[in-house]
Amino acid sequence: MTVLSTPVGIATSAADTLRRRPGADMAGAAFKWLLIGATVFATGFLAVLLGVMIVDGWDVLSGNLVHFLTHGFSQRSATDAGVWQGIIGSLQVALVTGVFAIPIGIATAIYLVEYAEGSRFARLVELNIRNLAGVPSIVYGLLGLAVFVKTLSGFTQGKTVIAGGMTLAAMVLPIVVITSVEALKAVPSSLREAAYGVGATKWEVLSRQVLPAAMSTILTGTVLSLARALGEAAPLILVGAATGFLRFGDANFAETFTGPYTALPVLILNFAQQPGDDWGTNAAAASVVILVLVLMVNGVAIYLRNRFEKQW
Amino acid sequence: MTEERVTEEREQVPVSTARIDVSGVTTAATTGTRTEVNTVFECSGVDVYYGDFRALRDVTLDVAEHEVTALIGPSGCGKSTFLRCFNRMNDLIEGARVEGTVNYHGVDLYQAEIDPVEVRRRIGMVFQKPNPFPKSIYDNIAYGPRLAGARKSALDDIIERSLIRAALWEEVKDRLKSSAYGLSGGQQQRLCIARAIAVEPDVVLMDEPCSALDPIATGRIEELIAELKTDYTIVIVTHNMQQAARISDMTAFFSVQLNERGTRTGELVEFAPTSHIFTKPDDQRTEAYITGRVG
Repeated sequence: MTVLSTPVGIATSAADTLRRRPGADMAGAAFKWLLIGATVFATGFLAVLLGVMIVDGWDVLSGNLVHFLTHGFSQRSATDAGVWQGIIGSLQVALVTGVFAIPIGIATAIYLVEYAEGSRFARLVELNIRNLAGVPSIVYGLLGLAVFVKTLSGFTQGKTVIAGGMTLAAMVLPIVVITSVEALKAVPSSLREAAYGVGATKWEVLSRQVLPAAMSTILTGTVLSLARALGEAAPLILVGAATGFLRFGDANFAETFTGPYTALPVLILNFAQQPGDDWGTNAAAASVVILVLVLMVNGVAIYLRNRFEKQW
Repeated sequence: MTEERVTEEREQVPVSTARIDVSGVTTAATTGTRTEVNTVFECSGVDVYYGDFRALRDVTLDVAEHEVTALIGPSGCGKSTFLRCFNRMNDLIEGARVEGTVNYHGVDLYQAEIDPVEVRRRIGMVFQKPNPFPKSIYDNIAYGPRLAGARKSALDDIIERSLIRAALWEEVKDRLKSSAYGLSGGQQQRLCIARAIAVEPDVVLMDEPCSALDPIATGRIEELIAELKTDYTIVIVTHNMQQAARISDMTAFFSVQLNERGTRTGELVEFAPTSHIFTKPDDQRTEAYITGRVG
């Protein structure tokens, strides 16, 4: 006869067994602290990095910021040199990247998910695109040099903003495609069925239900991929971002797209290669500038997400 | 024309036809022998395959106009699959294939020159889980008519009429512009019914429309179905046998058979007036299922 067979036995054993036992869930507690530790490490690492950059670049950021932001590169001295041309160049390159990567990437994703869904071809393409996302950026630089600078020189005019932007577009294209594919796949099938059920054509289902539902995720992903493009130096050096001072002359804004250019990451590299501590200060200050730029782009991503994510 | 029909019949049809009989045997459907009716669907020898897998075998049945036809049976018996043959919803599933003929008013729906989009406009559908669009109540109902080219000035009327018909108007008339997601599950499902009938279909297919709802919401949908059949032909899949008994005129019982290859294929066991199925079924398997011995 077990304890649980009498009312008294049940009551006694309840008093015994229901009580909290210390150390009952050690593994769970340990896991939680492990997670907290990892989070602290990750954020702490970033904070230290940011702190070091700001401290190192403080002389420029506090004393010489306006000059630094509004002047081009100068070989004469570190205090004369600025990042203006880099900011403009980076933004121009990012613009070209977006113009090529976003429409092509989203269109590819729509085709893969909505038209070629489940086919062997779609699976093959998707697998390859996922692999392409892991290809080092320098390889895209070589591709850009061979294809956009040389082969397509009639269109890009050689080592220009357009060639640089197209190279980075090729680099971020896989990311744009993958995030868009995931966003489209995440649209619930009940939404599609509902639209088909009242007699919508495929185009109507896509344009009025599926795309609007997926848009906020797609835009967030693509804008973030632009932020990544903003920070790339290696491929741009290969496709001709200048490391020195540029003379634009009286070229207007449109003409600068087919002219020589530089970009912030390239300038940082150049600053860092110069001898002397004051050049190092410039490199740190330029790093802070590029971080702010990337944060601004991410801000745009967040704004777009909130804008498209209606409060239904 | 439809407008007139709707208002006219709303006055004539007493609400009591929607009486719900919990004893399990329907009252509406046991009014004696079936009178002469027009056939909407004639299905013969319908097989459905998903790739190599045969999900449904050799279904032959007719659906009569202005009747509620219920499809019942255990899980996996192919009743939802069969329902989706009526508006070519199976087309959307990769690798799905329908063989045999599904005639709609004498037209074979699976001929090459039939446009599935037009089919779905005439043969509306309500799904298992309420699936309103992430839009306002108004835009949910307006979606179908807009696609069909309804003029903007006509929309307000269409929306009011559809919501009245779906017994939702009184609850939502003051918040048509607010989100459909703010409605309760039962209200959302009635919204989906309103959305389906807003394009003035001929048939409304319902795929377990009450399975996600509580008994009170279920009761309201059942009342609604009983009213809707004056205007529409309704085919409904249900897990709930009492529901089939309460609301349907004809019942098709599907069962599932294990093949030698280990796959399961659904088949139609018995198709008869609901009163017949629930009182003296011809087939042993039907009887076993409805008396709760199997399934």
